[in-house]
Amino acid sequence: MILDIIISSLINGSVYAILAIGFSLIFGVARIINIAHTAFYMLASYCIYYGTHRLGLHPVLCMLLAVILVTIIGLISYKLFIDPIREHEAAMLIGTIALALVFQEIMLIIFSGDFRGVPSLVEGFLVIFGVKVSYQQLLTFGVALSVLAAVWVLLLKTRLGLAIRSTANDREVANLMGIDESRVAMITMGVSVGLAAFSGAVIVPLAIVNPFMWMHPLIMMMAAVTLGGLGSIRGSFVGAYILGFAEAMVVFLIPAGAYLKGSVALSIMILVLLIRPEGLFGIAFEEER
Amino acid sequence: MDLIRFYISKLLNIIKNEVLVLPSRVVVFLFFLFLLVLPLLTEDPYLLRILILSSIFAIFAASWDLLSGFTGQMSFGHALFFGVGAYTAALLNTHLHIPPWGSIPFGALAAVLTGLIIGIPCLRLKGTYLALTTLAFPIILLGIVFAIPEVTGGELGISGLKRLARSHVANYYITVVVMLGLCTIMWKITDSNTGIIFHAIREDEVAVRAAGINTTFYKLMAFCLSGFFAGIAGGLYAHFMRLAGPSNLEVYMSFQVVIWSIFGGVVTIWGPVGAVFILFPLLEFFRLWPEVRILLFAVIVLLILLYMPQGLLPWLRDKIESECPRCKIRNVTTRKTCRVCAAEMH
Repeated sequence: MILDIIISSLINGSVYAILAIGFSLIFGVARIINIAHTAFYMLASYCIYYGTHRLGLHPVLCMLLAVILVTIIGLISYKLFIDPIREHEAAMLIGTIALALVFQEIMLIIFSGDFRGVPSLVEGFLVIFGVKVSYQQLLTFGVALSVLAAVWVLLLKTRLGLAIRSTANDREVANLMGIDESRVAMITMGVSVGLAAFSGAVIVPLAIVNPFMWMHPLIMMMAAVTLGGLGSIRGSFVGAYILGFAEAMVVFLIPAGAYLKGSVALSIMILVLLIRPEGLFGIAFEEER
Repeated sequence: MDLIRFYISKLLNIIKNEVLVLPSRVVVFLFFLFLLVLPLLTEDPYLLRILILSSIFAIFAASWDLLSGFTGQMSFGHALFFGVGAYTAALLNTHLHIPPWGSIPFGALAAVLTGLIIGIPCLRLKGTYLALTTLAFPIILLGIVFAIPEVTGGELGISGLKRLARSHVANYYITVVVMLGLCTIMWKITDSNTGIIFHAIREDEVAVRAAGINTTFYKLMAFCLSGFFAGIAGGLYAHFMRLAGPSNLEVYMSFQVVIWSIFGGVVTIWGPVGAVFILFPLLEFFRLWPEVRILLFAVIVLLILLYMPQGLLPWLRDKIESECPRCKIRNVTTRKTCRVCAAEMH
């Protein structure tokens, strides 16, 4: 039981963490609340489904192709729909909602609303303390952790990471220091969508693929980001694992828990925000104008 | 007799001097007239049904505008108030057999209480934090609804509510008159002192507090007012559909109201109302091609946003009316001089 909870929370937490970090990045750099973020995750899952089932390609190849393809789609939709209305906060909000709906409906038309699955990459399972852990779960967890590590390196060790962090810190000053702000925003969008696609790719063997699969992760991701503090990468990371853990606890310990998992996770978020309105790791900006 | 004649001539005067001079006012006048006269011309139940649902959602969208547009308290979970209103009305109606005219106000009252409860934690949050936190509330409630199916009916919801009235036309008149009345009240609220304070809170909360105004009180009031109107919309919806189900609380419902309002133009009240009366029948019209319905809807919204980010209706209004540079009174664009102060318009 306890091990079940830990495994399930680590896997879900990692996926939420990848999603939340991507969301947090683009919010920090460009102040874009990208509701369509998890729609890209859904798109990537469908790409992999299409590649493995209809085209018969190797799953790993499919995953790489899916990440590249979805990143390109993300950049195109950013240029076409989000960039022109970036300055109008409200318009941008509904623009991204509409974008997510567009993707959902296109997938619904192409693939219909049936629940679909993708076979796991590796078969078999391991028994740890009497609990079955499939290799696929371990693989997903491992890949998720390495992606998180890669993001960490990108942000902290490279010049691009420095540009992204400084733009997130203060857009105007970064601009004055000669950083091409719109280019950084574009690149960040690419990284962010790429991360969303990647999380779709790693979770797809364990999840059910359908056009509405973006809703639940969207909510959990937003909750994680808010819990951790908007724009704070470390906060998103911690928030995602806290929520993943809470979700798993509720599912395993409370009867009818599957219904309540979202409720409890979100209640935790609200309780934390009551005590610290700027989130766990957020910095309280004095009147950000 | 003289008194009546006096009032009639005064009314005609107002129509002539205040309404007919501006195309936007003429449109509003015709809109009222059209809605009130329509059942005399046709009793097509399908058409009436679309207009009834449009009216209900118009109240809902306008209430969102009151909270998020005017007061600037971005709410992503407005379905909460709608759902609370609908479920309370449904529970009261099915268990205690309270007729619609009693259960809907009680539903609205429950929504006001909800507004108070969620308003208190939300008072400390701002902007994006607030938007994302409010998103959580209807989902929490949805989880509870699913977890106790004995009371709430779970997936199926509560069905078998009493009708608003026996006939379609009576249903129509109840919802339309309530809609016109409530939207006028909301518009009046935004025009009053309170409304100006709401405006000011959105623009600069610190400045408002510095002016000695208790912003906490006004923000809570905005939550309660908005909850009240959305609760009435929810109650009406439950009684009209004779069903209060989980779909009332879903994320899509919250997003839909945001789409309507921003599409029509926020901070106007009439914008969201107009948008619902444009988009909702349009969505019904797309039912001819069911598979591409929501796709077309989303594409239209995206395209409109690209070309008129402040919303469709304010954009249209700015095309046909312009503000006098001296006295700030609106005029038809065709006029060379202002209708009040006779200043040059351009």
